[in-house]
Amino acid sequence: MPIQIEIISPEKVLVSREVDMAVLPGMEGDIAAMPEHSPMMLLLRGGVVALYEGDKVTDRYFVGGGFADITPTRCTVLADKAVPVSDISIDMATAQLEALSEAWDKADKTDTSRLVVLQDQIQAVRAEIEAGIAR
Amino acid sequence: MASLKELRARIGSIKSTRKITSAMKMVAAAKLRRAQASAEAARPYAAAMRRMLGELAGATRGEDGAPLLLAGTGQDKVHLLVPMTSDRGLCGGFNANVHRLTVQSIRRLQSEGKTVRLLPVGRRALSFFMRDHADLIVDHVIGTSAKEIPFSVASGLGEKINALLEAGEIDVCTLVFNKFRNAMTQVPTCQQLVPMVVEDASPGLEASNDVAQYEFEPDEATLLAMLLPRNLQVQIYASLLETVAGENGARMTAMDNATRNAGRTIDSLTQVYNRTRQTNITNELIEIISGAQAV
Repeated sequence: MPIQIEIISPEKVLVSREVDMAVLPGMEGDIAAMPEHSPMMLLLRGGVVALYEGDKVTDRYFVGGGFADITPTRCTVLADKAVPVSDISIDMATAQLEALSEAWDKADKTDTSRLVVLQDQIQAVRAEIEAGIAR
Repeated sequence: MASLKELRARIGSIKSTRKITSAMKMVAAAKLRRAQASAEAARPYAAAMRRMLGELAGATRGEDGAPLLLAGTGQDKVHLLVPMTSDRGLCGGFNANVHRLTVQSIRRLQSEGKTVRLLPVGRRALSFFMRDHADLIVDHVIGTSAKEIPFSVASGLGEKINALLEAGEIDVCTLVFNKFRNAMTQVPTCQQLVPMVVEDASPGLEASNDVAQYEFEPDEATLLAMLLPRNLQVQIYASLLETVAGENGARMTAMDNATRNAGRTIDSLTQVYNRTRQTNITNELIEIISGAQAV
């Protein structure tokens, strides 16, 4: 029995179809959404969502953080930013990483909430570059 | 009566005006289609966001320390108004409607003894409020009429509002923008952003059963703290998209009227032109005939 997966970015719906399993990059570790999974809400880190049909990965999407809503029949990913892994631009991501590292160097090291945000962003861009290289 | 030459020049200039307005109408129609498509494409995200937020709010109800975005500061003294307009004019009453509604709200709030701050979005709103209410403006955003609005515009605006709220500079935040109904009608609307108006979780059976069973990772409060600013940005993004769609709809209508008007003016001027020409010919003929008779 398949599960309905939706990957939605603020601009548009990227994916809406049925798969056997989707592995999501949760903030506290990866989580696989399968049919009959108990209802769950999840905070995502920057990483790759892998869609499985049978035992094979059929599609991989990079998400730059966001939320996921898992129910027994459905898995909705609300991504801050989402691109198919094949479309990742390593050059753009690298430029972004440089800008972020600069912001990190300049940032006030006592302002922890700002540092946490920056750290998450840097982690997300690093994950994007890794996903781009590994494809 | 104007001379033939003058009439010809006027007809010529109105003809070129008509060409411009009809071209602007075409462009607006094409942009409207695109704007409507992107407004529709953004809807699923907002809908999913609302659903999650409803479920979360249900789960955290009654707990202390609700985030500022949801609960507000508990006060009602300083209001932030965010009028949203286009960057360019020539679109009928589109921008003026937002200005009027905003000015009304400013008067009403001030007469109730509240402090009002303004954060105009769009060049038209900025220049309008610079004239009369420059002292109220805290910040502004322009350049929203680009071909495609990136989400970053909305997230930047959301962060600004959030920062003002965290700093305790505002208590209530309200958006004033044109709700897009169809190409002909845009309704100027006030929408309260902070404190957030959360609808109850999905109605019916689902609500009572699902909420209790939901697991959250990390905990509800962290999720809510992440989700709320996001939701603010999504609401702003939605209204930005509606503004763009509305702007192009309004421009299309206004330019259609202008084109038709130009056509009518050309018709009546042409009539005057022909009549004047005929009069001139008749006069010349009379002169020739009476000259011939006199000989």
